[in-house]
Amino acid sequence: MSARRQKVLVLYLANSALDAPVIAWAHYDGTGKTLHMAGDQDQPPYATGLDALKDGWRLFQAAQLLPHARGEEFDVAYLKYEFFFEQLVEI
Amino acid sequence: MPETDLPLLSSAQAASFVARGFLRFDAAVPKAINDQFMKEAGKVSELKAGEKIGKAFLEVFAKNRIPEVSAGTPLAEAYAQKSALGRLMALPLVRGAIKSLLGEDPIFDHHFLHVSFPPRFHERAEHENVSQHTHQDSTIDPRLSFDVQMMYFPHAVTREMGGTRFIPGTHLRKVSEVALGRYQNIRGQQHMVCEGGTLLFLHHGIWHGGGVNLAETARYMFKIRMRASGSQVRQWDVDDIARPNAQRAIFFTKSPPAKGTVETILTTPEPWFEQDTGRLEYVNRIKLWRYLVDDPTYDADYWLTRLKV
Repeated sequence: MSARRQKVLVLYLANSALDAPVIAWAHYDGTGKTLHMAGDQDQPPYATGLDALKDGWRLFQAAQLLPHARGEEFDVAYLKYEFFFEQLVEI
Repeated sequence: MPETDLPLLSSAQAASFVARGFLRFDAAVPKAINDQFMKEAGKVSELKAGEKIGKAFLEVFAKNRIPEVSAGTPLAEAYAQKSALGRLMALPLVRGAIKSLLGEDPIFDHHFLHVSFPPRFHERAEHENVSQHTHQDSTIDPRLSFDVQMMYFPHAVTREMGGTRFIPGTHLRKVSEVALGRYQNIRGQQHMVCEGGTLLFLHHGIWHGGGVNLAETARYMFKIRMRASGSQVRQWDVDDIARPNAQRAIFFTKSPPAKGTVETILTTPEPWFEQDTGRLEYVNRIKLWRYLVDDPTYDADYWLTRLKV
């Protein structure tokens, strides 16, 4: 088995641009060295998604931009601009 | 106190509830009621090593003197008058807030005693002590009308005790319960650190979750969900509604918007608003205000007029 583990950072941005401000975030640490949970951090780890890239996080998934269904144009539900980043860490 | 003398919410408070999904009243419940509630709720029993955390929950539920109440019971009949909850629900502030948001003769939906155990319970149960995922209660709810959930904090809550976490302004989002659990932290989230006797009135849709308790003592919170039996229209003190139906200048303005007006409250963003859907939040707040004032022409800052909605 590889001695590398994945750390995942999920950032939710104020629009679809990667340099837009962070409005929500989550950490998941596959090394088991840190435990993150809901409500554990009131200030975002980065000001923008681009700042996460500059700090060595690798982007591996970004939310699609989807058209708005007719009749549901004003509906709001989940956060739209979701970006998944990873770091691979030797353990 | 007669129904006609109740302290009703102001229009600014009603608009704030529409915009942000909550109203908070610190230390609103007298200590005598808080103490009586804690006695009726009962103390948690210590766990032995290897016992499950569920045992501690079951013991609290079995021992407490809070009644089982059938869903659909008139709220006025839910609690014995001399019980802590009967006395709580008779407080003028509570009656006035409920009347303002739900109108006459509200209906009881359910209640629940939330207990958050300290770390030693989780250690003995070999159970990870973590916060609750952020969620919206019940299930997908497409209504414009709303239920109210009253959270009662019967004792002081410190930040170490976790407190209930909620995110102002999320209540108009149509989501499916804990489907949003992935969002660990959201800008503007609030943790209920408060004095004993604090009350939080919530729109049923607000995103929230229990914080992890890292203190030595158990944390209690009691929640009552209730709904309207009739009209929710203009049930608060509407005397202060200024309704000239005149629109103010928008975008190109030479001074900040007047504070405390319904229009300003409905168009004030939350720190987590996305730049585009933040505008949809204004649209949905205005629609909810139209419903509550029964005025399909009401608008704030031209958002719906422009769209001819």
